[in-house]
This record gives sequence, structure tokens and C-alpha cells, in this order.
Amino acid sequence: MGDMSELQEREQKLQGMGTSLLRKEDAKFIRGQGSYIDDIKLPGMLFGAIVRSPYAHARIKGIDKSKALACPGVVAVLTADDLKPVNLHWMPTVGGDVQAVLADKKVCFQMQEVAMVLATDRYTAADGAALVEVDYEELPAIVDPEKAMAPDAPVIREDIADKKEVGHGPRTHPNHIFTWEAGDKAAADAAFASAAVTVREEILNPRVHPCPLETCGCVASFNKATGTLTLHVTTQIPHLLRTVLAMLSGVAESKIRVIGGDIGGGFGNKVPVYPGYVVATVASIVTGVPIKWIESRIDNISTTGFARDYHGVGELAADKDGRIKGLRFSALADHGAFNSHVSASKLPAGLFSICTGSYDIPNAYCRVDAVYTNKAPGGVAYRCSLRVTEAVYLIERMMDVLAQKLGIDKAEIRRRNFVKAEQFPYTTSLGWTLDSGAYHPALDKVLKAVDYEGLRREQADKRAKGELMGIGLSTFTEIVGAGPTKVCDILGIGLFDSCEIRVHPTGGVIARLGTMSQGQGHATTYAQIIATELGLPASDIVVEEGDTDKSPYGAGTWGSRSTPVSGAATAQAARKIKDKAKKIAAHLLEVAEGDLEWEIDRFKVKGNPSQAKTMKEICMVSHTGNLPAGMEQGLNAVSYYDPPNLTFPFGAYVCVVDIDKFTGETKVRRFYALDDCGTRINPMIIEGQIHGGLTEAYAVAMGQQIPFDENGNHLGNSLMDYFLPTAMETPHWETDHTVTPCPHHPLGAKGVAESPHVGGIPCISNAVIDAFAHLGVTHMDMPHSAYRVWQQCRALGINKR
Amino acid sequence: MANMHKVSFKLNGKGVEVAVEPRELLIHTLRERLAHTGPHIGCETSHCGACTVDVDGMSVKSCTVLTVQCDGSEMLTVEGLEQGGVLHALQQAFHEEHGLQCGYCTPGMLTRAYRLLQENPNPTEQEIRYGIAGNLCRCTGYQNIVKAVQSAARKLATAPAVPA
Repeated sequence: MGDMSELQEREQKLQGMGTSLLRKEDAKFIRGQGSYIDDIKLPGMLFGAIVRSPYAHARIKGIDKSKALACPGVVAVLTADDLKPVNLHWMPTVGGDVQAVLADKKVCFQMQEVAMVLATDRYTAADGAALVEVDYEELPAIVDPEKAMAPDAPVIREDIADKKEVGHGPRTHPNHIFTWEAGDKAAADAAFASAAVTVREEILNPRVHPCPLETCGCVASFNKATGTLTLHVTTQIPHLLRTVLAMLSGVAESKIRVIGGDIGGGFGNKVPVYPGYVVATVASIVTGVPIKWIESRIDNISTTGFARDYHGVGELAADKDGRIKGLRFSALADHGAFNSHVSASKLPAGLFSICTGSYDIPNAYCRVDAVYTNKAPGGVAYRCSLRVTEAVYLIERMMDVLAQKLGIDKAEIRRRNFVKAEQFPYTTSLGWTLDSGAYHPALDKVLKAVDYEGLRREQADKRAKGELMGIGLSTFTEIVGAGPTKVCDILGIGLFDSCEIRVHPTGGVIARLGTMSQGQGHATTYAQIIATELGLPASDIVVEEGDTDKSPYGAGTWGSRSTPVSGAATAQAARKIKDKAKKIAAHLLEVAEGDLEWEIDRFKVKGNPSQAKTMKEICMVSHTGNLPAGMEQGLNAVSYYDPPNLTFPFGAYVCVVDIDKFTGETKVRRFYALDDCGTRINPMIIEGQIHGGLTEAYAVAMGQQIPFDENGNHLGNSLMDYFLPTAMETPHWETDHTVTPCPHHPLGAKGVAESPHVGGIPCISNAVIDAFAHLGVTHMDMPHSAYRVWQQCRALGINKR
Repeated sequence: MANMHKVSFKLNGKGVEVAVEPRELLIHTLRERLAHTGPHIGCETSHCGACTVDVDGMSVKSCTVLTVQCDGSEMLTVEGLEQGGVLHALQQAFHEEHGLQCGYCTPGMLTRAYRLLQENPNPTEQEIRYGIAGNLCRCTGYQNIVKAVQSAARKLATAPAVPA
């Protein structure tokens, strides 16, 4: 006992926190044995195909199903009129609005769901959908959110035209959804009035789409005999979805089983409840047979879960040394035709008020105005917490704008404004309490690693030769881990999360959680937490998620909340088990609990280390009668964790680009990302998440945008047009880290998967714009495609040989 | 429906025969008639490569190939990579190098990498990146996939796998 190599060996056996344990998930995926939604096949299953609107705004004058119904293999055609008797032609949204499940008299965006054809196979369903004849009367469409609130603008939502509010305060126009504000406007205005220098920039976060490789879909199966509904579905929120289905369908929540299965990527796209799920569910309830509905890629990009579309204005006020005195940020938010924007009830603009970033800004005010347009509804958080990318993009861009105005180096202006280590916990002027941070050392480490001074010298040389080289910085603070129930709820349900652990007699463990992995490696990471907490090997710990019949209630996986919330619940549940185990150990060793100490995988008697009980021994004993008086058998626990605060991961990134001024092509020469996510549970998985997040940041910054023409026609809804980077474009990523544990999390962990997306986008934009900074350019909107960068070169007259 | 065509081909070494409509796509035949759900559908336009299978020694996007075009061919899918209970070096390397996350692109990526290494057993990083550019991954950023292919190439060079 106590021999160092023996201790190490025992520790290694656990494969607990801090080790790069290879993933448990991989075994099935590398063999092609994943079970994704389209792999589900049930006896008698029918296929549903959705008939969609070719117009962005039109009245439906009639629907003729006869030709479709005459097609052999077509079983039924459902329209809004068919859903009316069960009152499911409309559904409530989490944003306080309603959304048409199938278009009721009118379509409000192109590709809107009008009917569902049910048929015996997917080819026949598609044939049937093509044969449904819909008579439309086209109406003028609103595509530009700036025009939505014009006095003579067409009214998009006649169904709510008279409503004074749709969930979030008074409306001032039929196309107005809400106005949300935070901060002290008068104080911010005063800071601007007296500032030595002010800067203002219009900054767009364009409409983009998370575009996971697997589209959305479901298989709904209602058993008429038992009255039970099983929904296999691509969802990041199985439990909340079950609650929504119970509210909508009238089926008791106990008789609904939602199964997430394997999810082929989510990135926010699989959070909402989509009309396709609802129609398939109703169809199964009516027909009594299972119904499968699977989106095509075009359906996916056109209709489900877009992100951003925030038309922002950033303003900073500072003294002559660049110390920020005031911030005013606003955004016009295009929510499309229905406010099915994903957000917590009390946060209609999500966590946009994190927009003061990593900086000590005494006076701040921000405002978001949301409007309806004739575009697909929603607004999901694409690999970020709700509206955090939008906020971080604004502040990180504006730091550069201010630096350029004052002629201060872009690293130096950040250093001058950082919240200092001794200021934590630091409450921002918009009300968030940043629990921890060490911003200066992170930035210094990165600048040293890339030889920032050397890069600036190289840039000066290149500029002298007329070449374009840009250096981008991003020193962001994220806000993740929603969240404290006092701050965040959806449909009244607080955003706590849960873990239930059952320990078997021989030391095997099953843990079930309310979250839902979509590739993040939960089965591995949670097992490692339990391994370290309980001293049982990760190899024998099985993690299950996504089946509402099995796992305890939780709010799912989005907003980097799995580790901050469920990781904490896991630790708490394990600690309850460990407390009981300690009592059993004391009983067995005939000592007081206080005489015991924990060592890796066992309790031993202080001062007498040969007297010990391993967890494995205790597991067996806990299932016998040899227990302390009054103690029940078993070694199980469940924990529901309501975090006291959100967590605030941060990072310092540097991006270096070379731009060909004749073609506009931009090459990311170097990207160095330092992330601080607090305690690191599996470094390999963390690095993988950062690679993926940076690649999605690159996609957004360099090429993703969902364009429309003036009639609301979608101009880029297949992978022919929508940019997903290949291995050729994707830069090489260099990663680094510091560790500043979260003080309020039981493990000190903060969440990581979204930081690289949130921090990466402004870093790349800042690099591209920095390449033009010496020519007086202060901003260029994303995406920085070659054509758009070339247009900038042409506008400056530098594209001629 | 009446217009069904008999098609036979070799799938992972075993002869199969199916009756399909002329319009049926290979991916649907594999997934729905032959219970090979390893290859996935991601885009239906040949861009993402989730449906990649190997047909007569070529990587093919099975979402845009008609099954009737495959009569008499030899086909390999991800399900055929493991031989005699032994993982292919690529499968092992994807696991060891963390070359997958959600797993949706993985079967296509593995099948493509298999063909790439048949054609070029010792590719450079750039050759690998070019060679897998028809296969999209939204999760990994490709860096670990490239590492996995390099690692498998090294292993295969010292101990060639049983030909599939």
C-alpha cells in the first residue's frame, strides 16, 4: 500500500478525469452500426412526404388531393383542414407565438409545410407529393427586415395582426415581434456624450444554417391498443420534446416515449420542435401505424433551424488611451414568419447581453428589435449559446474598430480593457457575474507562441510591398451552461439537468442522464467523471441518454450545457453514492467515518493503511444484509442539479491570413487557439471539439450565408450552393490551453464545444479586415468569400496588375 | 411498380439479387432492401459523401447511382471492412486518432480512405486532404481524420491487411 507505482497503476486502471480515454462510442460507428433516425424501420411503417409552398407569401385558395390519392401506394393526404378537428393545425412556440403545423389559408415563407402525403414507400410518397395541386394567390413578400416595420408593409401574420403582444411585451406594428433592452441607457448615453472618442459600425451576422450532416426526421408510432406513443426523433432535447408532445396531443406524458438514438450532428438545428414531427405524430395517432418522415437536404436548409440574421450596430466610447467608457449595441433581428426562435422564456434575445465580453466596461446598453419577414421561422443557436455568437462578434469586431481609430495595437487595446484577475467575481454593467478568468496570461501566452511582434513586422514589410496580410485577434468570453432555474426556463421548466447512477454488485455502473449526445462523446466523458469520483473503472461504466423512459428529466444538450450542468449532476450523484459507501466501509472496518480517508478506489483507515475497503468490495456488500443498522440495500443515487450561475469559458485566438488582391482569395496561414474551459475531463475529446468548432467558425466567416431574392426565393439551399468546408479549405488548427477552474462547479469544468465557434468567427473576420486596415477599411461583412474580398480590393483600386 | 428489374451483384464478398424499379437509387437498395445501413444519406447531390461505397474499385456516391447500373459489379461497404473479426487498420486508426464524433460521415469516410490507400499507399497530408475532399465532415475539422489515414497507411505498410 502506498507504493507510488502501485498507486499510479490503480489510478490508470480507472481511466478517469484528465486522461485521453479513447471513445466508447466509436465501436459501433466505425463498423457502420450506428442507429440513426433513417435506420429505424418498423413493421407496417408508412412514409410521409411534405408538400411545400413554392411562394414566400401567398394565399391558399384550394388544395386538390384527388390525383395524389389516385396514385397507387398513396394512403392519405393530410392538410390543415385534416388537423383542425384535433386542433393541431397550429402549435405554440417557445417564443410565445404560434406556428402553422400545416399552412392554414396562407403561406408565409417559401417551402412552408402545406400538406403531408402518406404512402407505402418513400418513392411513392414523393410521387404523391408532386401530384397534390395547390392553388395559390401570390402576395408581396418582405425579405429585408429593415422594411418589415414600414407603415405600408404587407401584414405577414394576419392571424395575430390584432394581438398587442406575442410573448415578450408590447408590439408597435403587425410585423413587430418584440423589443428587448438591457443596461442603463441614460448612463451609456452620458458616457458617449463626454467621451474623447467614439466609434460606430454596422455589423451583420448573416442568416446561416447549422447544417448537420444528418437532416432532421422522425418515426412516430402510436399503439392504439395501449394508447402509447413512441417517437424516434432527431432531437437534442428529448425530455422537453416529450413535454411539448404531451401538451399538444393530449396523450399523457407517461404514455409518450421519446427516443433520441444516434444523432448525426446537431449544432442547434435539432433543438426545435418541427411541423414534420407533429404531422407524423398526428398521422400515426389517426392511422395507428408507424409514420416515418425524413427531411431532404433542401428541406433542411430551407425550413428547419436557421441561425443569426442579426443586423447589428455597435458603438463604443473611450478615452484617448482607448479605455472604454461606454457601449451601445443594438440589433434588428429577423425571426422569419413565426417566432419559433429558440430561447429561454425570460430571455427573448438569448444571452446577447454578454456583449461586454472580456472587458471592464462601466456603462452599457443594448437593445434588440425582432420582426417578422417572409422567411423560414426560428433562430437557433448554431454551435453557441443563445445569441452569444452575435454578441461576441460585435464586441470583438468593435475592439478592432476602436483600436484602428486610436492607432493603438489590437492586442494592446484588449490588454488595457480586460477585466483583471483580481476583479473576479466581476459583475458586468449588463448584469452577468463572471465567476473567474485570467485574460492577461492567456493573451500573453498566445502572442508569444505566434511571435506576434514578428508577425506585425512581417505585415509592415508586406504592406510596403503592396501585399495584403492580416492578423486577427479574438479574446472572447463565452456564457454557457444554462442555467440557473432562476434565470432560465423553457415553457416554465427550469433548465436544471440530471443524472441517475446505479451501481451493480460486481462494480459495473449504469448512468442515465437528461442530456443528448450528438457526437460530443458523452458516453466517455461522463464515465470518466464517475470513474474518478467512485474509484470504479470507466471501462465498466455504461452511459445512456436520450430515451425518456429510461433517463431522468433534463433539458438536453445545447448551449455547451452538458458538462456544466449534467457533468455537475453526475459528480453530485456519484458523491451521494460515495457518502453511502463510506458509511458501509466504516461499518465493515469498525471505525468512525471520520477515521477513513479516500485513496483512488478505496477507503482506508487513517494511520493504518492496511485496513481498507475497495469500492468493488463495498459494491458487493451494499447488496447484502451486512449493512449499518437501518441502511437500505443498493448503491444508487439520482441528482438534479440547478447551477448557481452560468459558466464563462474564455479564450485567446490569433489568425493570420494572406490575401491575393487580384483574386480576393484568402488563405488562413495560421490559426492558434488557446481555450480555457476550466478543469479538463478528456483532453482528446476537448481538442476534437475545438477542431470542429473552429472549422464551423471558418465556414461561417468564409462562406456561409442563406441568400434570398426580393420575392423571398431561397437562392442556396443545397450543398451545391451552401458552403461546407472540405478537407482542402479547412486550415490546420493549433490548440493550447490554460486552466482556470470554475469556482461554483463541483468539478471546476465550464463547457468547451462552442467556444471555438463563438471565438473563431470574429478572429477570422478580424484577420481579413486587418489586412485592409492600413487602407482605411474598418469593417467588411461576412462571409469573406473570394468574390466579396475581391470587391473590396476593387473598391480600393488595388486589384489591378 | 410493375416495371421491376432483377439486379445481381457481389456485396462484401457475397452474391445478392434484388428486384428494383429502374429509378431506385443504390443507397436505398443497400439501406432498405439489403439492411446495410452503414452508408448514410446526407445531401442527395453527391456532395457530402456520407453514402460512399466502393464499386468495382472506385469510390462511388451511392445516392446518385441507379441500382440497375450496378448489375454484375463488386461492391464494398463499411460493413465489409472488418475481416474475420479483425478491424481494418483504418477503422482502428479512426478510433485511436479520434477521427470521428457523431459518426454519420464515418462509414463513407472509411470507405473512401480505403480506396485512397489502395491507389496511393503512402499519401502526403495534402494528398489525403485532396483525396477525401468529396467527403464532408461537420464535426472533426478533418485534422484527426487526416492523422488517422496517415496512421493506417503506416500500419498497412508494415503489415498489409487481408484484401477485402
